[in-house]
Amino acid sequence: MSPLPSLLRRWEALLLAILLVVVLFNVTRSPFYLRIDNLINLFELSIEKIIVVLVMTFIIINGEIDLSVASVMGLAACVVARLHADGVAMPLAVLVALLVGLACGAFNGFWIAYVGLPSLAVTLAGLIGYRGAARILLEDKSIGNFPEWFNVLGQQPLIGPFPFAILLFFGMLIAAVIILQRTTFGRYVYVIGNNKEVARYSGIQVRQVKMRLFMASGLIAALAGVLLAARLGAVRGNTAEGFELDIITMVLLGGVSIFGGSGTLTGVALSILIILNLRNGMSLANITGNTQTGVIGALLILSVLVPNLVSQARGLRSRVRPASSPLAQPSQEVEMS
Amino acid sequence: MKAITRAIRPEQLREITLALLIVVVVLFFSSQIQGYFSGRTFNRVTTSVAIIAVVAVGQTLVVLTRNIDLSVGSIVGFSAYFVGTQLANDNTISPFFAVALAIGLGAVMGAINGALVAYGRVPAIIVTLGTLAIYRTILVDMSGAKTVVVDALPQWLKDLPRTNLVQIGDLDIRLMFALAILVVVLFQLMLVYLRFGRRLYAIGSNPEAARNAGLPTQRIVFSAFVLCGALAGLAGFMFLARFGTITVVAGQGMELQSVAAVVVGGVNIFGGSGSMIGAFLGATLIDLLEQSLIRWLRVSEFWRDALLGLLILLAVASDAIILNRLRRAWAQDSLTADSQPAK
Repeated sequence: MSPLPSLLRRWEALLLAILLVVVLFNVTRSPFYLRIDNLINLFELSIEKIIVVLVMTFIIINGEIDLSVASVMGLAACVVARLHADGVAMPLAVLVALLVGLACGAFNGFWIAYVGLPSLAVTLAGLIGYRGAARILLEDKSIGNFPEWFNVLGQQPLIGPFPFAILLFFGMLIAAVIILQRTTFGRYVYVIGNNKEVARYSGIQVRQVKMRLFMASGLIAALAGVLLAARLGAVRGNTAEGFELDIITMVLLGGVSIFGGSGTLTGVALSILIILNLRNGMSLANITGNTQTGVIGALLILSVLVPNLVSQARGLRSRVRPASSPLAQPSQEVEMS
Repeated sequence: MKAITRAIRPEQLREITLALLIVVVVLFFSSQIQGYFSGRTFNRVTTSVAIIAVVAVGQTLVVLTRNIDLSVGSIVGFSAYFVGTQLANDNTISPFFAVALAIGLGAVMGAINGALVAYGRVPAIIVTLGTLAIYRTILVDMSGAKTVVVDALPQWLKDLPRTNLVQIGDLDIRLMFALAILVVVLFQLMLVYLRFGRRLYAIGSNPEAARNAGLPTQRIVFSAFVLCGALAGLAGFMFLARFGTITVVAGQGMELQSVAAVVVGGVNIFGGSGSMIGAFLGATLIDLLEQSLIRWLRVSEFWRDALLGLLILLAVASDAIILNRLRRAWAQDSLTADSQPAK
């Protein structure tokens, strides 16, 4: 038996403990915290990011990375805005934006899956290139004045107190859990992340799986970009700039190994809750956005460092491969199947 | 054919291609832009290349060991701001001390990264993603969002970016550019001739094997991060000299620029191969394109990023498709060449 499941369970237990501490702290610090509108607000402010976190989880478990998601979000938002300004009907504009996102994902996927280039380099090019495309579309203008129904979709409650994006996120979360934990495709995602070669020799269509993942990433990032446009009510060329770091941080804090092959959506969901609550709590305590990012950065490092030090002290094997290999081959101590 | 394959290695082919590409870019823009072929263009490009080249040298050291440093942009900003504040408060601080302060500060921040990666065994991408945010936060909190202004800085610093080492016709070889070239050459020599340099390649090619062979991998990776931080600190000082006005967002985005330069320069993102000259040429090509596109009236400046992205992709793709094939041909060629005398 591999020691991995028990370690993972311990990992999620740790995340749960951190979450409880953060929530308890928030409850005692502010009387506003537990109000339903604050709890919805907590999600709403980052909803586009956490939708993309779901698909990024698949990609990182698969042993790849997609740095271009924030640029795809920005590009999709700019496509919608530009088409709207040019008089195209809004539903059509949204459709085109989604297709553009899909095309960006397919472009990334082609180079990574079929040409075999490293995803870090390809999506870095994508990060810069797609952002450039977004800038070309809007130049230095800011476009707003979207139709009323579009803004409502992003800003107003749809069912009960819940806005559309939050309902969508929970729907996608359930779908993601089912796909990753219950389908053959999800199993393939893990197997390829563990060892691409072995996966290929066991007849798995590695290229097809990777291609689909990157196309899904592009499509979902575009969807998130459209939602962001609806929530903000106006779009600029730099919309969603820098979001990729937050998104990757949430996935890694959730215990997904950067080398691929391990991690669960439960962990990622807990990590999302921790980060949202932490940000919310710090906002209620009047701590600025920048300091919040710093605290989350420290949490990210500590979340890997502390278990490492503990296991080193106990003479156990560490959760992460030893030094000097952030992009290295997956470890052989993780069992297949 | 054999004469060529013996004279140059495939890795050098990449550098030659880049150099040719730079010439092509220059020729193209000189046919498009009035007065492009002038000392002004040269000075503008070299001044801006100088800074990113120093950062790219540091990034190369880390990438060679199969790691990555995403925090360099924050280190550049931090040291530029910190040293700028000190100089603004006390104009009598000696130039030597100011430079040493910037390098030392960068080295300390690099040492924190290195310790966490090498001894804490936290993957580099996680550590530097974290410190990217942390160093920037400390800077913002420390500064109270105040700005270092040019007027408060001592005169020698204000003069520094325009100081010439030599002048060839219209072309100025500015002190800062010469410094960057010196850094590139020194570190290239180190990679080729020093044991430390060779060990960086050994670790990047195969960390397991390097450790099993008894190399002190932890210490070497740690040193690579310290040097990378120190160089980012130096770049911070150059940034301060060039711009004078330093806000809390100084150096933001330099981490991706340096990774882009390194990747275009043919340094393998999975470690183990690449050179300082390549990284320098990569940085030069990117910067040349940026500066030229800004002045090319036919395309708006908003096209810059889109073309840059395409360039990175082409560089990586050509490496994978063409160079790998050439490398194989090279290897075969040398095999047959070597086996002949044995017959």
